Amino acid sequence: MKILVCISNVPDTTTKIKFNESNTSVDTTGIQWVINPWDELSLTRALELKDDPSSGIKSVTVAHVGTASSEPTIRKALAIGADDAIRINSESSDAYYTSAQLAEVIKKEHFDIILCGIESSDYNGSLVGGMISEFLGIPSVSAVSGIKIENGQAVLVREIDGGKEVTSVPAPFVAIVQKGIAKEPRIAAMRGIMMARTKPLKVIEPVEVDSLTEITVFEKPAPRSACKFIDPENPGQLIDLLQNEAKII
Amino acid sequence: MEDRKVLKSGEFLVSDIKAKDIFIPEEFNEEQRMIAQTCRDFLEAEVYPRMADLEKGDRVLMKQILKKAGELGLMGISVPEEFGGFGQSFVTQMLVAETTGAGFSFSVAFMAHCGIGTLPILYYGNKDQRERYIPKLASGELLGSYCLTEPGAGSDANSGKTNAKLSEDGKHYILNGQKMWITNAGFADTQVVFAKIDIDRVLSAFIVESALPGVVIGPDEHKMGIKGSSTAQIYYNEVKVPVENLLGKRGEGFRIALSILHMGRIKLGANVIGAAKKAITDSVKYANERKQFGVLISSFGAIKHKLASQVIRLYASESAVYRVSKDIDDLISKLKADSGDTGRATIEAISHYAVEAAILKVFGSEMLDFVADEAVQIHGGMGYSAEMDVERCYRDSRINRIFEGTNEINRLLVVDTAMKRAMKGDFDLFGKAETLFNGVDKISTGEIVSESYFTEKTRYIDNFKKVILLCIHGAVKQFDKKLINEQEILNNIADMMMETYVSESLSLRVEKLDTIKGNTPVFKDILDVNIYDTAEIIRKSAYDAVYSFASEEKSPELIKAVDDLTKIRGINVKDSRRRIADKLIEDNSYKF
Repeated sequence: MKILVCISNVPDTTTKIKFNESNTSVDTTGIQWVINPWDELSLTRALELKDDPSSGIKSVTVAHVGTASSEPTIRKALAIGADDAIRINSESSDAYYTSAQLAEVIKKEHFDIILCGIESSDYNGSLVGGMISEFLGIPSVSAVSGIKIENGQAVLVREIDGGKEVTSVPAPFVAIVQKGIAKEPRIAAMRGIMMARTKPLKVIEPVEVDSLTEITVFEKPAPRSACKFIDPENPGQLIDLLQNEAKII
Repeated sequence: MEDRKVLKSGEFLVSDIKAKDIFIPEEFNEEQRMIAQTCRDFLEAEVYPRMADLEKGDRVLMKQILKKAGELGLMGISVPEEFGGFGQSFVTQMLVAETTGAGFSFSVAFMAHCGIGTLPILYYGNKDQRERYIPKLASGELLGSYCLTEPGAGSDANSGKTNAKLSEDGKHYILNGQKMWITNAGFADTQVVFAKIDIDRVLSAFIVESALPGVVIGPDEHKMGIKGSSTAQIYYNEVKVPVENLLGKRGEGFRIALSILHMGRIKLGANVIGAAKKAITDSVKYANERKQFGVLISSFGAIKHKLASQVIRLYASESAVYRVSKDIDDLISKLKADSGDTGRATIEAISHYAVEAAILKVFGSEMLDFVADEAVQIHGGMGYSAEMDVERCYRDSRINRIFEGTNEINRLLVVDTAMKRAMKGDFDLFGKAETLFNGVDKISTGEIVSESYFTEKTRYIDNFKKVILLCIHGAVKQFDKKLINEQEILNNIADMMMETYVSESLSLRVEKLDTIKGNTPVFKDILDVNIYDTAEIIRKSAYDAVYSFASEEKSPELIKAVDDLTKIRGINVKDSRRRIADKLIEDNSYKF
């Protein structure tokens, strides 16, 4: 079986996000880019499966829609242990566009298991995994927190209200993965970093797909105002503030 | 190799180089950045969560963590591929030393293993010794230590009493003696031990396996800081060390010890950078959370002053670290081309830059002490609480001024080594100094009309160098061979040399950055304040030196020259510091 892990290139989670003057794009100056944390955990789990001979996983590939500037992030994935990588040479404009591009790659390369992080930590759209499965007409399983291979069949664990659901699904399928899939992201070892230089990184041109969304403006959330502490002996003041200041009752 | 001018060790006193000729950290390649990230990830995943247990002196835990670092390949960074390592450049080795430097006592244990525990065998071992030990040390299968200091032999290392006698059958050296302050003693598998054979005046070096009968490891010392690292005494009672474990030639031990100390101290110069970056990030995060009088303390000018001062010293120190690291890399390549032996080429190149190694050690360790002290102060009462990382940083920092040669010894080395290199003919120090001294009445500030920003900075640094030359000539003229006894004056000169080398490195870095990135206002602020402060340090040190060596007749004209040569244009240091602090506060972590 072959696994594909879709990876997104996102600002380091400690980045203070700034916008350009017209608030229409993110100011990328000085940003350190990393693998989307959910994707990194997916990759870690994929590599764990490959390390276990009984899983029968032959290869782990990563795919990414982005320009050449995102190659350090792709090589990081190779350094962590992915066997090869595919970069679709295009700026990712929205989830529809990204999913369509990835689906085209999957059609041609025939992967059995497609892992997508449940969301990316920049736009948090939570759309790509589901859309890929729609484009390909294959099953998708969301909120996956565990995956193993038993007798050639994938067994998935889903987080549901009040418990867990264990399900099996025939390949090919898309697993939309959340935290819990792996304990900690795997750290790139020196040997992996050295090998990343020579691992295949295929660059392919995008297919023609329209973007369905356009970002018109970015806004930062309003700064959190100071907390007001109310004496428990004085509930009237609380009601007054909720009615007249917060205007929520 | 690109065509760039490289100075010899100490030559910066009399020669200038261009910004294009130095390496700056902003030029790290993708692979180097990835290696640094691996080190950071490792600290986050394996070290920080276990820091409290490490602080309790858990030797087993430290050993486990070191083994994990070995599994990731981090112990093979400096080791050539033929011995199972990754043969990384010296710049990369320094970057790893820097990054792991944020790991408190883990960093000490790790660096001791990778540096003084492993590299003496790599650099001075024969083929058999290298093959037997290096691959296992590079993978972490074996952990190493270095045993030089004795109860009666600290800075005066050659006075050690540990003795080795050849056995009657000629198969072993019988080792007897005692070593102390041995890092990793509690769990190391191998030791590089220095001892005198028979009645030799000089030391020899041996590879001793800790499991040999007669090797007794004492309990861990109770220390002020780096509590997680095992530091103990080791006793040797009739230990039979196989003759094939003599490292290098008989009597070569002192040379090995000194070379390894050069290596240790230059890597310490990188190590403290990582610790300081963490302390600054901890400082600004706290200042951005802590409110007093209804506002964040990061909005106060007094706190901004502290934050900016931390950044300036760190950034300057870092500039010098990577400048010389690249010079060493170039020299390694040249020496390797001659000898074909990477190990020997590396240690010879490091030893060549002994002046800069001592500068980085002293400047860096004092930089970290300053940064750690201000980090505690910014935290206020919380900084005194053992809950906070800055409290540990403060305690851990202190040892850096003591080990790898005390800062007092290293200050003397800075001047002594530069003068010896000049006498050897590496560069013309004394001729230039004499010419300058004899024309002291004609010295001026050298200011020209409408000089550019960087021309002005270069002029200041050239002037600082002139002050140093005046003091060197004046002191040598006055005391001649007895100058070695005038340690106070040598310290004055060392301080000026250190400040000048670091300021020059910073100036060249900012100039190169300006060329690469265009407008770099906040980095110019760093440079402005650094030069402003350096001028003051040079002036004070030169005053102290001049009044200590010059006659009453000569000192007025020397002091006037010092005044002219340390005269700089005034700047609004308050605003400059605020801009630097504002960037740090905005980023909420050290991202310069």
